[in-house]
Amino acid sequence: MTPVLQTKNINKYFRKPVLFHVLKDINFSVNKGEFTSIMGKSGCGKSTLLYILSTMDTDYEGELFLNGEKVTGKDRNYLSHVRNRDIGFVFQFHYLLSEFSVLENVMLPAKKLGELSFSEIEHNAMEKLKMLEIDHLAMKRASRISGGEKQRVAIARALINNPSIIMGDEPTGNLDSYNADNVFNIFRRLSHEQGLSLLVVTHDKDFAKKTDRIIQMSDGKVLSGSLPASNV
Amino acid sequence: MNWKVILSIARTHLLAKIKQTATAALGVTFGIGAYITLVCFMTGLNKMLDDLVLNQTPHIHVFNEIEPSKQQPVDVYEEFANSMNVVHSIKPKQSLKRIHNALPLIQYLNKDDKVRGAIPQVQSQIFYLSGVIELGGSLTGIDVAKEVELFNFSDYIVEGDPQDLQNNSNGILLGAGVAKKMSLGVGNRVQISNSTGEVFPLKIVGIFQSGIAELDDIQSFANIKTVQRVLGEGENYITDINVKLHKISEAVPMAQLIEKQFKLRAIDIKTANAQFETGTTIRNLITYAVSITLLIVAGFGIYNILNMLIYEKMNDIAILKATGFSGRDVQAIFMSQAMIIGFVGGILGLILGLMLSLIIDQTPFDTEALPTIATYPINHNPTFYFIGITFAMISTFLAGYLPSQKAKKIDPVRIIRGQ
Repeated sequence: MTPVLQTKNINKYFRKPVLFHVLKDINFSVNKGEFTSIMGKSGCGKSTLLYILSTMDTDYEGELFLNGEKVTGKDRNYLSHVRNRDIGFVFQFHYLLSEFSVLENVMLPAKKLGELSFSEIEHNAMEKLKMLEIDHLAMKRASRISGGEKQRVAIARALINNPSIIMGDEPTGNLDSYNADNVFNIFRRLSHEQGLSLLVVTHDKDFAKKTDRIIQMSDGKVLSGSLPASNV
Repeated sequence: MNWKVILSIARTHLLAKIKQTATAALGVTFGIGAYITLVCFMTGLNKMLDDLVLNQTPHIHVFNEIEPSKQQPVDVYEEFANSMNVVHSIKPKQSLKRIHNALPLIQYLNKDDKVRGAIPQVQSQIFYLSGVIELGGSLTGIDVAKEVELFNFSDYIVEGDPQDLQNNSNGILLGAGVAKKMSLGVGNRVQISNSTGEVFPLKIVGIFQSGIAELDDIQSFANIKTVQRVLGEGENYITDINVKLHKISEAVPMAQLIEKQFKLRAIDIKTANAQFETGTTIRNLITYAVSITLLIVAGFGIYNILNMLIYEKMNDIAILKATGFSGRDVQAIFMSQAMIIGFVGGILGLILGLMLSLIIDQTPFDTEALPTIATYPINHNPTFYFIGITFAMISTFLAGYLPSQKAKKIDPVRIIRGQ
């Protein structure tokens, strides 16, 4: 089976203020339907790695494969398209467009993809919101809802194009324990019920323990968990 | 590129910050409005001044100049050919004031394709008699109908009708200055005398005012035949021929040709009004310099506001890029915002300019010097509106380009991680 995500010998350097080797020979893969977390101390390079995997950061050495397709070295417009179609993103801070309604926020990536009509997109967006039990907020402005709700809207947005993988950068880092559990349960459900692949960077040990696999990182290296659980 | 999505994002951004949007658009509005007003007013003024001179000035003025012979008899004498000849106190050559064979010449000129019309005039020096007082003046014989047709003569008749002069062989159009001095009005009679002292009573059928006081104080007009009679000359006595051409640019070569062919003096309009053209050029230059400055100021306003907008929208830009919008999409979002501001501001500017110029067009402008002008002149030329909106679009494009280029290059990772 082709892994959803695979890296081969990824190295990254920060050049400013001094040359610094952030990521050292990163090799790992994520299978379809797997719920994987990346753990490590602050500054170990886990977020840096995540942004390389998200295709937003292209300044690295090595190779990155998404659904078996090599995305390293592709031009930026193509990468934007890949990001739009195959990757859903959930950040620590609830990055929503504050001047748009909740529904519009969720619809935007699908409108960009432009494969469905607006009414179909709206229908799908409402489905996602219903699944996350926030459909009553659809018409509210994104700036007028609570933090936990915002994060769920962000998840709905990440799901709208039915991506191959959802990536999270500390998605529960800014939430209280109730909302954090809630978000975790949503991820769990998506992984179990819909076979969605998830890759989440986290500090939270309790959160990580409940995932299928933990990739432990330290000083820019993967210490353990680089192979899918099924292969161990 | 998915323009529907891009425009809807641009619209939401603009509406969310309606005050800023309005400020930016107003900058363009005032710039374009001021440009339209200024350029309509200035070119209107220029055109009025141009017309003032061009309409009543013949393109070519043909007359017989009293001057000394260019070649003195001694120059022709072969025996003195190689010596230096000095002739003292040269007198002007005795010649006729009238143009020799004037009527065939006028016929010949009227046949030329380049000529719109060539009409005769008879100039004469006369005295206006008021009791024992004699006022020196000049009476010009004209063909009224043709003067009206070619040189807008009717514009300068402030009282009476040019038609009346044509119908009355003893009629006179009295200069406004003369009429005032002698307390005469339309319907009165004025006596004039020629240089030999013969007195002719003429009926005043109208008052003429050119706006040039010195001229109005001495000048009057009558029919050619009347003046010929006053001078005691025949029908072929014509002192001047005024030529109007279809194209003013042909005046110089044509004048040279007439001088050469008929041994007359022919002055073209460019030589006669050289300084006038310089004035027009400089006024146009000032108009455009001021207009462009206004539009550049408006452009900087847009640049500033878009720059601020992009700074405020860093997060939005990062989100858009993370969710799959490319740099080009983001640039298109901000460019379309700039263009919308430019278009809306520009259209409002055109309306503002139109309103202001209509107001100016209605403002009374009373001046003795320009008897035909009642309100300030405005040149409502659609070209200015076209230039105005084009410049609004171009300047907003340039003003939006740099900030949008910046938005295109923003690294989403840096924004997302920086929080």
